Amino acid sequence: MIDVTGLTVRFSGITPIDDMSLVFPVGTCGLIGPNGAGKTTFFNVLSGFVKPAAGTITAFDEDLLKMADFRRARWGLRRTFQTEMAIEQLSVYDNVAMIHEHSGSKRSTRRADVLAALEFVGLTMPPKTKVGVLNARERRLVEVARAVVGRPRLVLLDEPAAGLPAQETEHLAQVIRKIPDAFGALTILVDHDMTLVSRCCATTAVLDFGKLIALGPTAEVLRDEQVIKAYLGEEELTPLDEAEAKAE
Amino acid sequence: MTSAPAASSETGARAPFGIERRLVVRGVVIAALLVFVLVPLPSLVGSDWLTTFASTAIYAIVALGFGILYGRVGMISLGQVALLSVGVWIGARLAYGTGMPYPLLLLATGALTCMIGTLVGLPSLRLSGLYLALITLMFAGAMTIVLSVTDFPNGGGGFKGRSATGALTTETPPVRRPSIAEGDVDFYRYIVIVAALMFLLALLHVASKPGRAWASIRESEPAALAAGVNITFYKMWAFALASFMTGVAGCLFASQVGVPRVITFRTQDSLTLAATALIGGVFSIWGAIVAAVFNQVLPFLFQAQWGIDTNFLLILFGIGLLQVLLTAPGGLAQQFPRDMANLGRFVSRSVRSLFGKRGGP
Repeated sequence: MIDVTGLTVRFSGITPIDDMSLVFPVGTCGLIGPNGAGKTTFFNVLSGFVKPAAGTITAFDEDLLKMADFRRARWGLRRTFQTEMAIEQLSVYDNVAMIHEHSGSKRSTRRADVLAALEFVGLTMPPKTKVGVLNARERRLVEVARAVVGRPRLVLLDEPAAGLPAQETEHLAQVIRKIPDAFGALTILVDHDMTLVSRCCATTAVLDFGKLIALGPTAEVLRDEQVIKAYLGEEELTPLDEAEAKAE
Repeated sequence: MTSAPAASSETGARAPFGIERRLVVRGVVIAALLVFVLVPLPSLVGSDWLTTFASTAIYAIVALGFGILYGRVGMISLGQVALLSVGVWIGARLAYGTGMPYPLLLLATGALTCMIGTLVGLPSLRLSGLYLALITLMFAGAMTIVLSVTDFPNGGGGFKGRSATGALTTETPPVRRPSIAEGDVDFYRYIVIVAALMFLLALLHVASKPGRAWASIRESEPAALAAGVNITFYKMWAFALASFMTGVAGCLFASQVGVPRVITFRTQDSLTLAATALIGGVFSIWGAIVAAVFNQVLPFLFQAQWGIDTNFLLILFGIGLLQVLLTAPGGLAQQFPRDMANLGRFVSRSVRSLFGKRGGP
């Protein structure tokens, strides 16, 4: 369980996150909102790249903000980035193994853990294959494997389906949905693909201009008028509406 | 989607064999090359060539250090030859000042140079790219001045000893060599073996935890941080390793030339080293050897063998660097095998088409 209270982030002049308070329950949670809503900034706060101006984040009864950034991985924080960041120079195995190495997990279980993570995401190529020769889908899956290896507690996925065609997103959705049960990690998914979000997440939170505007079961949240407004803009009179108004 | 698992299981079945065979082939090639360089080569060439090959092995270590910093971690250091001069200095002074056995002398020089090199690398924690390059280049420039001002290496007794005459003269005994390898041929072999050990040390690093951490830093520092990599620690480790190796190379250099001179370590040599290392290829261990050949064998060929001004080499390196930066970022070490494979395919194809024509009606 992640408990966020009064989180505020200020960069000179703008407030990407404004007094955000919410609780992410165990499972896979969606975090959506239009561009610039503060989703990635929230991930950056969790990763320790951004220091918030105010607020607290309690993750599984520990104060996350007090932890040094590079120690958070050892604690169990994993994340992927909007742009894919699998390491080209290294093999698929080494890509995942390096996360395991810095996670504080036992060395003796490394091989088994890494291979299990690769199998979990459905990568079937030889583990010695260099990431440089993989295609976009496979690289994304390597990233997900990196995110689930070595006893993760909190997995942050930042637009994992960006740039993937629909049928490949389907496979990704199946993988993401299984993460909480398979690894016991709370998973937060940021994505603009609402099909992916509704398929993976029981709960979804919606941010708009740094403010939490909705939180609840995904299907309900996606029907919420305020959410639709945030995505499609303020209600404006279209020519058709004007015509209707005149007719009345 | 349905065909993907079948295709990959097929490659999966073939891959282990392919990897094994590649490793075995590589091991055999390296062992054969090492044996050739150690045993028959010294008797095949004259003493001037032997000296050139000895300094090639030494510069291969220096280029390897540059390759680790730039190719593995992405930090550009233009002060590696200056660091070599630090190693030469420390090695020479320790050789005069102490009576420790030679392997210990190598380690001590490496350790002291490592400390200085790590200090020089400190700015890399805040600066990268051009700014780190400038800082390290300034270090190289400063070292040249320090060497001139202090009459480097200044013969005399003890570690800090100075003689009234200043620089080393023919009267001062040359920097000592290991007792098991006093002669030129023996010491050449000693250098090659130490260089091979340094390469082994680098390979062990690259293939294990630090190598993977370096690769992740090179790919993206935020991603490395998110992966739990202590960036400060691993960057400093890279500088420490590169400086240690360069220090060992410096000690070998001091004993190899016997009477080291300031003129051997000009500021621009650090730049030339960086250029040749890039031409050789910074992502491959072989690249360091290619770089050293360019750096040491070519000047010798130009000057002593063909009587051409070595300044022409700078133009050649400039052109080579442009070519590498524009078309082959992996350098010759990556490009050459690829070209050879293409050539092989071309030859086999033309031979086959030739036979096809003859065999036809």
